[in-house]
Order: sequence, then structure tokens, then C-alpha cells
Amino acid sequence: MDLTFNPETDFKWLLAVPLIPLCGYVIQIFFGRFLPRKGDWLLTTGMAVTMAITVWMAFKAIAATQGGEGFFHESLDSDFGFRWLYATEKGATDPLNVTAGILYDGLGAAMLAVVGIVSFFVHLFSTGYMHGDRRYHIFFANISLFTVAMLGLVLSDNILFLFVFWEIMGLMSYLLIGHFSHDPNSHRIKQAAAACKKAFLTTRVGDTCLLVGIMIFYYHFQTFRFTELWEAAQTTVAANGGEYPAWMTAAGLLVFGGTVGKSAQFPLHIWLPDAMEGPTPVSAMIHAATMVAAGVFLLGRTYPLMSPTVLNVVTCFGTVTALFAATIGMTVFDIKGVLAYSTISQLGFMVAGIGTGGLGLIAGLFHMVTHAFFKSCLFLSAGSVIHGCHHEQDMRKMGGLRKKMPLTFLAMLICTLAIAGVPLFAGFYSKDKIIQSAFMKMTHGGLLDGVGLFAYAGLLIAAAMTAFYMFRLIFMTFFGEARDHHVHDHAHESPAPMVVSLLVLATLGMFGGKMWLRDFDLMGAKGTWFEGLTSEIDDGHHGHGSEHEGSVGEAFSIDRMYPGIAITEMNTYVGDSAEHFQESLHAGHTWAMRGSLAVALGGILLAVFIYLLKKADPAKIAAAFGEMYTTVANKYYVDEFVNATVIKLQMVLARTFKWIDENIVDGVVNGTGKINRAFGFMWAWFDSTVVDGVVNGVGAVTNMTGSLVRLFQTGRIQQYASLAFGGLLLLFAWLFLA
Amino acid sequence: MGLEAYVVVATILFGLGIACLITRRNVIYVLMGIEMILNSANINFVAFNRFNGDGMDGRMFAIFVIILAAAEAAVALGIVLNVFQLFGTVKPSDVDLLRE
Amino acid sequence: MDHTLLNWIIFIPMMGMAAILLCPKRSVGLIKVISLVATFIPLVLATWLYFVGFEVGSPAYQFQFMRPWIYSSSEAMNMKVNYHVGVDGISLPLVWLTTLLLFIGVPASFGIKKGEKAYYALLLLLEVGIIGVFVSLDYFLFYVFWEIMLLPMYFLIGIWGGPRREYAAIKFFLYTLAGSVLMLVAVIALRLETGTFSIPAMTEIAMRGDLLGTKLFAGGMLLGMKFTTWVFWFLFVAFAIKIPVFPFHTWLPDAHVQAPTPISVILAGILLKLGGYGLMRACFPIVPGAFDDFAFTLGVLGVISIVYGAYVALGQTDFKRMVAYSSVSHMGYVLLGVAALTEWGANGAALQMFNHGTSSAAMFLVVGVIYDRAHHRDLNGFGGLSQPMPVYWGLTTLAFFAALGLPGLAGFVSEAVTLIGAYNAGDPRFRVLVLISVIGIVITAAFLLWAIQRVFLGTLNEKYKDYPDINAREIFCQAPLLFLCVALGILPFYLLDWMEGSVEHWVSSMSQAIQIING
Repeated sequence: MDLTFNPETDFKWLLAVPLIPLCGYVIQIFFGRFLPRKGDWLLTTGMAVTMAITVWMAFKAIAATQGGEGFFHESLDSDFGFRWLYATEKGATDPLNVTAGILYDGLGAAMLAVVGIVSFFVHLFSTGYMHGDRRYHIFFANISLFTVAMLGLVLSDNILFLFVFWEIMGLMSYLLIGHFSHDPNSHRIKQAAAACKKAFLTTRVGDTCLLVGIMIFYYHFQTFRFTELWEAAQTTVAANGGEYPAWMTAAGLLVFGGTVGKSAQFPLHIWLPDAMEGPTPVSAMIHAATMVAAGVFLLGRTYPLMSPTVLNVVTCFGTVTALFAATIGMTVFDIKGVLAYSTISQLGFMVAGIGTGGLGLIAGLFHMVTHAFFKSCLFLSAGSVIHGCHHEQDMRKMGGLRKKMPLTFLAMLICTLAIAGVPLFAGFYSKDKIIQSAFMKMTHGGLLDGVGLFAYAGLLIAAAMTAFYMFRLIFMTFFGEARDHHVHDHAHESPAPMVVSLLVLATLGMFGGKMWLRDFDLMGAKGTWFEGLTSEIDDGHHGHGSEHEGSVGEAFSIDRMYPGIAITEMNTYVGDSAEHFQESLHAGHTWAMRGSLAVALGGILLAVFIYLLKKADPAKIAAAFGEMYTTVANKYYVDEFVNATVIKLQMVLARTFKWIDENIVDGVVNGTGKINRAFGFMWAWFDSTVVDGVVNGVGAVTNMTGSLVRLFQTGRIQQYASLAFGGLLLLFAWLFLA
Repeated sequence: MGLEAYVVVATILFGLGIACLITRRNVIYVLMGIEMILNSANINFVAFNRFNGDGMDGRMFAIFVIILAAAEAAVALGIVLNVFQLFGTVKPSDVDLLRE
Repeated sequence: MDHTLLNWIIFIPMMGMAAILLCPKRSVGLIKVISLVATFIPLVLATWLYFVGFEVGSPAYQFQFMRPWIYSSSEAMNMKVNYHVGVDGISLPLVWLTTLLLFIGVPASFGIKKGEKAYYALLLLLEVGIIGVFVSLDYFLFYVFWEIMLLPMYFLIGIWGGPRREYAAIKFFLYTLAGSVLMLVAVIALRLETGTFSIPAMTEIAMRGDLLGTKLFAGGMLLGMKFTTWVFWFLFVAFAIKIPVFPFHTWLPDAHVQAPTPISVILAGILLKLGGYGLMRACFPIVPGAFDDFAFTLGVLGVISIVYGAYVALGQTDFKRMVAYSSVSHMGYVLLGVAALTEWGANGAALQMFNHGTSSAAMFLVVGVIYDRAHHRDLNGFGGLSQPMPVYWGLTTLAFFAALGLPGLAGFVSEAVTLIGAYNAGDPRFRVLVLISVIGIVITAAFLLWAIQRVFLGTLNEKYKDYPDINAREIFCQAPLLFLCVALGILPFYLLDWMEGSVEHWVSSMSQAIQIING
């Protein structure tokens, strides 16, 4: 098969990727309920085609990079785009001319394939898991539209369209989390209703920051297109003497705000645990593999815009989130809750990794990919367990399910090993690099970097906790005695579509990081497929990175992600002297490896000690921690704090403004009305007394005159005649005398 | 006999008529006073026509006045009869409804 | 170059009104048919005008029709009023929207069971007034249509409204009339100053910087304020009441809450647009200098409307009042976008007028559906309605998300374009305004989603479990609006291509005029 990327045809294939599920959605929403099996086969088949295309395209990308070349294609270069605001030709320079195209590079290829694969298996899994649901066809329509949005986001070549799809995902997340809020049979109907609102609003806060960030960048650069933004950033930084201007830091932080919301970073993480009210396949797809990863993806796309200050902030937020969520994860008993906090924690890893820059960027994005595989598998496995246990989610009521659900157990174990960072499993290859990058940041420039130290230490501790709580989950669920016999007796293995999905994803959790069997590179020293897609390892002579002996690269660069951008000179420590970089790289590799192996092992052993061998009673340990445990178990009271401050403040503001509106603003209006009415009464008085008085007065005067004159009027004709005659005489007299 | 004689007669007649009109207390006499005034005017019409004009104008006026006087007397006597029925008197000084 | 098409669009409803008045009072069916026909023909004509007749992208007034109207042979007494109509890219979409919403308004009114004859007659008269305002190019004519529109609205609210209809109707009437009076004063002053009632001619004089007020007052000053400033504020207040801009907005919630559903739809969908349209057509271009002086103040008022309106909406418990305040919030974008005087901002404002017309109309229809069934509007009195009424819930969600500016739906395009435009304004203080106004985005989402949660989600209120789902007539009313929300979110160029020529010309000529005036 020809695996060269042909812009003429392949962009059309890529366009079909979101369009196929979109057509499926439109059919499903209008006619789904009339179709046999309520249309699930239609959408699942459509997704299978989509997945096939994404994987095929991803192989093209990998093939291209294996050949030692970069892989970066923009559809606008071959005039394949969508004029959004204006369809008429206005000339390329017109800033209003927002034309959207497809950006297909190594990162996009990897992410697109991930989304395609995970979405398909989630569809497949749902045909079993959601069977008999009241709104089955709507559920399928919704996850389909969600997939459209996620695929569109990955393919977007400009940040405005990324934002558009980003928000559509938010809507679909809202609808899917709230899926059970319409179901009278669900006992958590109210919680689901509250959770979906919370999820949307919390992410909306971050999204608004992102929108403002986009606006600021647009204001300065007059473009939304990623490639143009990168170039403009480079020019600006160069013009500013190699420093990022302050406004870029501010705008970068705002863009990162979008990540904080969507990728559930502290302190906007509060929506994600609640989002577990949604059906489990939704949690697997949206809240583990794709939507929450979109924040990380965004950081990957906007990385050149981020100043070192922003990256330090990013690192700190990521590390805090990773640590913070991991501690909570150790105290939760809800099987999906553990996974939710684990997701937050892993997202913290990715974000922290990207914040450390350079190698960490690649590692963070790689972790996003591998995490998508094993976390979606973990969620689906948990779904399988919940399904098998008839919608029981409390781990304390499970136990000994290993024999009842062997395949689920297998899948979950593989993925747990992956997330714990055990070598040979996918998570190891990415997580290890994140820690390595943190170490390199710590030691960079020969000085001890505070942020780097914090990241390194924090991430190691979080990794240990990850291993611990994930194995706690495994042991509590699958091992030991059945704690609740009712649950245990009715437990059963899930139907075939579900199990198949689990096993395929588990396989990806195994080999998704590196096909170590192929070149027997157990530690990933020769680099992984993802590194080939996104970064370049220059060993002096143009060869294949993966064929080169030794550790990752002699001179490592991420130019493949941002072709033509001198990214290393802009904002990462990779720009250090090559010599020091080498040292740092080797030391980092060694120390990260040792560290991460040690903590993974430590965490697992601790879990074995407590939960498998039962050498210690977890309740007693919890009691020993006292207040600290209570605080952690109550999620650090963040929700309560937010409710008591932010939300309360908003409600107080709303009531205040409402009061002002009704009493002051409207009061002024009504007051004006009243004053006018008072004026009216006053004038009425004036009218009836003064104005009318004058009129009456005139009448009275006339009357008086009349009374006076009427004295002459006697009514006697003879008198009148004599008067007339007298008058006549007088007239004559006057005539004659004059 | 010149014009003056006619004018003097007419003037005397007019004066008598006025006197009768103003002073008599019986409305019949008042009417007779009016007739005298009208006839004084008639004398003047005819006299001036005889001495100054060469047409029949003055005499025609006189005939009109006589006819009108006759009509007026008829109407006035009718009114007087009604007034008598209403007020029980024909004294003009007692009939002062015009005052109101 | 006389086109009679616009006359037909204006006066066919009037013919319909005459026909209705000739009908016997009892033949309600006939009256409804006449109303449907008399609103449908203008819709067809306007659609033809939009897609076929209109030359897309041209900034000029098209389909002009002019006849002398009030003339006198005596030069001193000559008012020189023309009947002059025409459309450009700013007014055409609004004319089309008017014909659409009035057409929807007829079937939406089928639930009204008293005084149908008078009701439909007034509805048609309302259409005459509204379209007349949008197409008038003569200020006298503009004013006449403006007043024509006021009267039917007063009766429609005052007779067919809710329990407090008299209060609401009088408040609406007096408020708008107060604005009209200010407009009248300004119009007369402008007539005396410029010697013409023609809006394009006045604009041209003003754009040259020749509108100084020296003919009226010595030195063009009155009480220490420039003539143009007086005119500006008089006209601005007249139109701001209609938009409505804080603090002139309080007639709106009362009028909306008391008005019957179709009237609310028309009120929110079109009448508010008259304010924004008036500012763009008949206020700012006539006094560009004063506009420049007060642009920031306008921006501040716009932002206050956005944020304040959203917060007040969040505090409401009455469904319709909440939607009414959301209009205050959304129309704030129009003012903000126009005040910024950038191509993006003005396009966004023009777009927002149209898109708010569809989404808010859809929201009022939504409220009407539930009010017809439950006869109350207390947000806390419902619950779980998505179970008996799933289709209704779906349409509501779509309408609400369109209103809260979800990307992919129309509201987002206009809000984003407006905000970007405002951020790009020449005055850097506008950036602060934009940063404040985004609070409104979050709060808007909050009150709409909270409303959805309280009305539709969660446990079903047993009282309402037998409610029938939205019926075909109600869907027929909503479908076109929701279709527009979706279609224009994905393909906004179906509006922007039409508007762009005029808006671009508007912005550039305003900027030029300001430069001339400021020297």
C-alpha cells in the first residue's frame, strides 16, 4: 500500500473523518428511534470507517517520519479550505477573512487516530452497556456528535475553529453527563442534573479565558491560523530582544486558562469527579481519553506562544494537580471516582510535562496519547464491572470478581500496570519522559531550578501514589473475599462487544507506547513512534532516530511540530549549550528511570502489603492521619469553598442587581411616573382654581355689567319709543347744530 | 299752495301721532298713533313726488305704506286681542315681558 | 429607477388589515387565513429580494422608491417630505427577519381566543410600521412609521396581555413615546439646520463636517453644549430606550411578561432591533463627531447592559422575566460592537441583531409553550419536564444554547465577532470593557443552564406528568428559528456577505467623517 501523503486526495479523506459521524448524527437524531436496534449499528459502522481512515492516515504520517522527514501538511496550502465569515473573495490580507482548513501533522495524526480508535470502541462497548436504556438512540446520537467535535478540533488549523469544536464538545459533555437526568428510573437523577450544569459552567469559566486569550493574540497578530501565529510570535519575540513581551505572557496564561477548565486542572477540576454521573462509556471517552485531553492538545498547538513564565506556571499547576488529585484518589471508594481523580492526576502529569518544555512537551503529548488508551480501557473495564454488578459502584461491596470476570480483570490489570508506569507498558514510555524532563529542568543551567525541583519531586510522589491507588482498586475489586454476596453472586462477565472493546484497548495499553517486541527496546531508549512523529533527533548524520544507538538523540529538537519556527531558541532550556544538554539528557534519563521505577514499585508493594496481604488495616492508617485524612477524603473541601465563595458571590450579586433593578432603576421610572402624576394633580388644581377662576371672573364681570344695564330695560314699549324719539331729536339737533 | 303747506300738515300729524304713541295708556290709541305717523309719512311721499319728481315713485311708496299699515293694523289688533286674553289688560305699561 | 417591491412588502399587510376589518367578527377562520396570506406574501417577496433581487456586497441603497409627499408651493412653508424607501445590507436582513417573525407570529397566535378580528388587524398594522421603519430613507417617514408601530403594540399588550397588562402597556407606551418626542425634537432641529428630511442627504452633510447648528443657534452652541451633542443625545436616548440599554430597560421585562407570547416574540425579535438599527442608520452617521466624543460612554453602557442584564436574569424566578433580561444582556453587545467602530465590531453588532432576533424569539416561544400548559411561569414550580416532553426539551436546549453563544450556533458568531471587534477598537480602554463583558458570557450560561435544570431535569413534578409534548403547530413556529440558529452558526456568510458591503462603508465613512471633524 502506498503510504505517501497526497494532499490532493488525502485532505478529502480527512474531511470525511468528521463528516461521516456528522451524517450519522443527523440521521440518528431525526430517524434513530425508527431504525432497527434504534440505529446503533449505523453509527458504529460509521465510526468503524472513520477509525479506519484515521489509522490509515496515521500510518502515512508514521511512514513519512520513519523516512527521516518531517510530516506537516496544511490544506490551505493546496487551497482546500472553508471560508467561514465570508464566502466572497476579499483577498487574503483581509483580516475578516477567516478561512478554516485542515492541519495534519504528526501530533494531529496521532491524536486523530487515538480519537478514532477510542470512539469506535466506546461506540461498540455502548451497544452492550447501554442496552435497554430509555434514550438509547439519543445517547448514540450524542456520542457521535461529540466525536465529530473532537475530530474537528484535532483537524483545525486555526485557534478559532479549535475553540468552536472545543465548546461543542462542552455541550455534548453537558448532554451526556446529564443523560440520566431524564431517566425516572435512575436514583441519581438530581445529581446528574446538577453535575452536567456544573461541568458546563466550570469549563465555561476556562473557555471564556481562552476566548479572551484568543482575542488578545488576534489583536496583536491579526490571525487565528496556528502557523501564522507561531511565525508572528517568533517575529515578535525576536523584535523584543529574545524576550516574550508581557502581553504575551498574559494572553498565554489566559489560553492556559482554557486548559485548566477543560483538562480539569486545579482549581477548576471540580467538575470532573461529578461528571462521573454520566454513563460509563461517556466517562471513558469524554472524561478520560478525548475531551479532557483537548486542553493538553491545545497547549501543544499553542506552545510557541507561551513565554517561559507561562510555562513555569503551567508546570506548577500541573504538578499541584497531579499531587493533589493523587492524594484524593487514595481515599475514594467509588470505583469511577478513583478513576476520575486518577484522570485529573494524569492530566496534571501531562500539563506539568508540557510546562517543562522541549522533551517534556513531547512526553506530555505522548502521555496524552497513551493515557487515552489505558484510561479509556480502565473506565470501560470499570463500566464492565459496574454492569456485571448491576450498577454497584462502591468498591467496598465488590471483591473476588477475578474469577467471575476474567477478561475484564485481564484488561484492567494491563492498564493498571500501564498507568502505574511499569516498564513494557504504554504509560511507562511517556510518564518516564515527563519525569526526565522535570529533572532536566531542575538541573538546567547548572543551577537548581525551583520549579523543576518541585515538578520532579511532586511528580515522583504523585507517580508513587498512582501506583498505590490503582492497585488498591485492583485488589479491592478483583481480589480477596466477596464482601457483598448479593453483588458477587449476580456478577457476570459482560457481553462480547464490551469484552472485545476492552481487550483491544488493553492491547493498545500494552503496545500503544512502543512495540518493544519489534526491536526489543524494552526501555524505549531508541525512541518511540510518537517521538518520531513530533521531534527530530539529529545525530550528526541524517539517519533514523530509532536506529541510533544510545539514548534519545544527540541534539533533540521539536521542529517537526513547528516547522520553520526556531522554537528551541524561544522558550526552552533545550537551547542550552549542546554539551550541557547532552549531560542533562543522560543524567535525566538515568535519574528519571531510577526514580520512576522505584516509586512505581514502591506504590505497588504498598498496595500489595495493605490490600492484598492485609498486613495493615486501612481504616487504622486513615485514623492515624486524623484530620489530614478527613480533609483529603473530603476533596480538600474545594467544592465547599467554591460554593461558599464564588457561587455564593454570584448569587449575592444576582440578587443585589435584581433588587437594584426593581427598586432603584425601575424605582426611578416609577418615581418619574409618580412625580408626573403629582404634577398632574397640581396642574389640575391650578386649572380648576386659577385658570378656571379667570374664566369665571370674566363671566362675573359681564354679569354685573348686564345687571347694571338692564335697569334701562323696562319692557315698556312706549318708553322705548320715547327714548328712540328723544334720540332722534338729539341726532337732529346735533346734525343741525354742528 | 306750495310744498311747505304739505310739509307743515305732515309734521303736525307726525307730532300728534308721536304724542298719541307715547302718552296714551290704551294700546288701541297707541296703534292709532302709529297710523297717524305712517300717514304723515304718506303725505310727505305724495307731496315730494308732486313737486320734485316726474315719475310715480312717491305715490307708489304711499300705496305700499297704506297696504302695510292695513296689514299691520290687522296683525296688531290680533296681538292685542291675545294680549288681552293673556294679561286681562291692554295697557302697554302693564305688559313688560320684554324686560325678562 | 423606481422599484415598487418595497411598497408591496410594506403595504400588503395593510391591505390584509383592511380585508380583516371588512370581515364579519365571527368568521375567525377567514381572518386567520387572511392574516397568514398577508404575512406570507411579504415573506416570499422579501426572500426573493434577499436571494435574487439584491446585489450582494454593494454598499448602496437598493430598490429605492421616491415620490414627493408633503410639498407646498410656498417656499417658506415647504416641508419637502418625500416618501423615500430603500434597503441596504444593514436593513435587508432585518426586513427579512421581520417578515419571517410576523409570519410565525400568526400561527403562534392561534391560541388567542378573544377579539381575534382586532388582534390580527393590529398585528398586520404592526408589520407595516416595523418594515416601514427599516426601509425609510426619509426622516419624517421614519418617524411616522415609528409611531405607527407604537400604537398597535400598545393595544396588543394592553388588551391581550397578562394580569398587569395595563401597567405594562402604559409603561411601554410612555417610555417609547418619551423617546419619540426626543427624536421628534432632534428631527425638527435637523430639518431646520440641513433643509432636508432625507437621511442620506443629512448623512452626507454631516459626513462633510458641515452639520454645525450655526443656522439655529449662534455659534452652534446651546447652553454650552454643541448642537450635534444635543442631537446626538436626543436621538441616542430615543433609540437606547428601544434597544434597551441600561438604565432605560425597565419597560422591557414588564412588557414582555405581560404581553401574549407571539407579541413577546415580535417584541424581542424585531422591535428591539429597531433601536440598534436606528443608531446605525439615523443617529451615529448624522452626528459622527458627537459619536466619537461619547463612544467610550456608549461602550460602557453596552457592557453594563451585558453584565448587569445577565446578573439580573440570574436572580429571576419568573421564566419569562429571565428571558427578557437575557435580551437586555444580549443587546448590550450591539451597542458595544457599534461603539467600537471597527469592521468586526459593526459586523458583529449587525449580526447580533439578527441572531438575537432568532434565538430570543425561539426562547419566548419556548416559554409560551409551557405557559400555555401550566399557566404559570415560576422556574421553581416545574421539574423533570424532559420526561413527558422530550422533543420540547430538545428544542429548548437548542434555543438556550444558541442564546448562550455556543460555537456552532449563530449566537457565538455574533458575540465573538463583536468582542473581537471591540477589542480591536482604536480606543484602548475598550479592551478593559471586553474583559469585563466576558463575565456576561459565563453568567448567561449560568442562568440558562440553571433554568434548564430547574424546569426540565431531575425529578418529575407529578402535577405535570401527563402533559402532552410540543405539538405540530408549536414546532412549526420554532423550527425556522432554530434552523436559522444552526445554519447561521455554521454558514454565517449567508448574512455577512450581504451586510459586509454596507457595514464596511458605514465604518469607513464614519471614521473618515470623524477625522474630518476632528481636523
